[in-house]
Amino acid sequence: MDVSVKNIRKEFDRYPALNDVSLDIRSGELIALLGPSGSGKTTLLRLIAGLEQPTLGKIYFGAEDASHRTVQERHVGFVFQHYALFRHMTVADNIAFGLTVRPRGQRPDKAEIRRRVGELLEMVQLSGLEKRYPNQLSGGQRQRVALARAMAIEPKVLLLDEPFGALDAKVRKELRRWLREFHDRTGHTTVFVTHDQEEALELADRVVVMSQGAIEQVGSSDDVYDRPNSPFVFSFIGDSASLPVTVTDGAMLFQDEPIGIAPKPRDIQGGNGTLFFRPQDVALVADPAAPALEGRVATSRRLAGTRIADLDIGKPGEAHHVEIEVPLEASAATGTVLRFRPTRWKTFAE
Amino acid sequence: MTTSAAASSGRWRLRQPSVIPGFGLTLGFSLAYLTLIILIPLAGLVWRSAGLSGAEFLAILSDQRTLNALKVSFGTAFIAALVNVVFGVIVAWVIVRYEFPGRRIVDAIVDLPFALPTAVAGISLAALYAPNGWIGQVLNLFGIKAAFNPTGIVIALIFIGLPFVVRTVQPIMEEIDREVEEAAATLGAGRFQTISRILLPGLSPAILTGFALAFARGVGEYGSVIFIAGNIPYVSEIAPLLIVIRLEEFNYGAAAAIATIMLGLSFAMLLFINLVQAWNRRRYGHGA
Repeated sequence: MDVSVKNIRKEFDRYPALNDVSLDIRSGELIALLGPSGSGKTTLLRLIAGLEQPTLGKIYFGAEDASHRTVQERHVGFVFQHYALFRHMTVADNIAFGLTVRPRGQRPDKAEIRRRVGELLEMVQLSGLEKRYPNQLSGGQRQRVALARAMAIEPKVLLLDEPFGALDAKVRKELRRWLREFHDRTGHTTVFVTHDQEEALELADRVVVMSQGAIEQVGSSDDVYDRPNSPFVFSFIGDSASLPVTVTDGAMLFQDEPIGIAPKPRDIQGGNGTLFFRPQDVALVADPAAPALEGRVATSRRLAGTRIADLDIGKPGEAHHVEIEVPLEASAATGTVLRFRPTRWKTFAE
Repeated sequence: MTTSAAASSGRWRLRQPSVIPGFGLTLGFSLAYLTLIILIPLAGLVWRSAGLSGAEFLAILSDQRTLNALKVSFGTAFIAALVNVVFGVIVAWVIVRYEFPGRRIVDAIVDLPFALPTAVAGISLAALYAPNGWIGQVLNLFGIKAAFNPTGIVIALIFIGLPFVVRTVQPIMEEIDREVEEAAATLGAGRFQTISRILLPGLSPAILTGFALAFARGVGEYGSVIFIAGNIPYVSEIAPLLIVIRLEEFNYGAAAAIATIMLGLSFAMLLFINLVQAWNRRRYGHGA
């Protein structure tokens, strides 16, 4: 089921939580909504589910306008961050809930419900726990019960709100892999919200990066990591360093000194801007006469196979702090002066 | 690990190793205090009625007037507590769930029956519901007599018991996770199904506690009831009043015997309710 969001605006007490957001989700896709807290990602998910009503704009499920359908009519599977299991019901009753609340005519009989619950439990690898109560399960198990419960109604779309947010790191990693497999097996259109970029990049077919109630960029993991289209995306995804630069006559200047790189066609061609690069995309410059960025090592630390140096770059009083990766054999003791140039970078106009 | 293993094996120990200080002191104080305030007077009561021979005790117990008084007391308290459960939950729901002008005033009004001297409540209720009172006149048109009979007692006890239900249910209701209701909605449950299958079962322990408190209070209520009950022996005479009557006759033994029976019955009912609660808790986990 394709889902498309068209020019959605959502206000809470006059304050816009989402502003003119449009997004097309293709059938069978696994999509991550990624952003810092307050970016509107959960609001967007809740709008798709029908748990919130948009102030303006429309939501389509396939060709059908679902904007004014109630939550019940939308038939989506929704998994909450804190599971929201019914604690007075057994695991089996929790999973069966969506079937047992159906009107009498459409309700499967008891044997059929039991069979379906058994199937779902097997699918989430919890067979044998049907008689337990939610408080007798671990966090990871609860989350899988919540997923099985959502799947029981055979939803057209599966929506997950920070599904692994409340779990510890190890369980989170396992469940992440498991969800990917689960999605590949069932082929549901799936949208999940996360503030963990690693999770989004690893899991999703496409990542939607959000900030301050707007979508910054939509793309594959490679797109958003290698080709960020805004300063926000560049600094939000992965490690990065940024410096204020000026471009004049085909040369890039930092504090009026050339830094030895020429703007590419995708860079700004003149005026003030910000230069972004990743710590690993730099090369040290040995020649002291060649133009380069020059910085004094404040601290350096060994990180697995590399060394990270914290540099203070620029005139005293106007120094900027950047982190770069240096080869292990290079000297990076505190106080050392290092000269380098970015090998891959991007500039954004101010 | 060893301590948690010991705890989960269910072996009873007086003292669990704990970082919370003052166990010995506070337990000792609590026991001394409870003994002084509750246990000694109750023991005195039982002691007093133990002065009667078994036959005398049975005679008082099987006296039709005693039996009827007990029946009136427990019956009216039970009905009043049931009514309070229904309306108390609705009142709590309105206070917790909706923002409306005057919400705080409504919230404060609920406590009035706590604060009002019970005799004042009894007199004003009697005046209102008497056949010539404001409400009594209207009810009279439909042939309903709402004062000076057991119905009047129920009305007084409803008034007295309401805050117990509201104040027990309210905090639990405030803690209800909105997400649970939203989860039910995404699974296709309508409003009515969400209330009956998700919210009420979750509230049932609190509702049961509220019921128990309102019921216990109703059984013991004296001040407000005697003004509206009419106090007709065998019909609308409550057990606490019968105790007072026996005392005024200097029949201390009979008074103590009736009191002991009330004590026993109340204790049995509260014990039963607490057992139900414990069973609930074991099923749903802590604080459910």
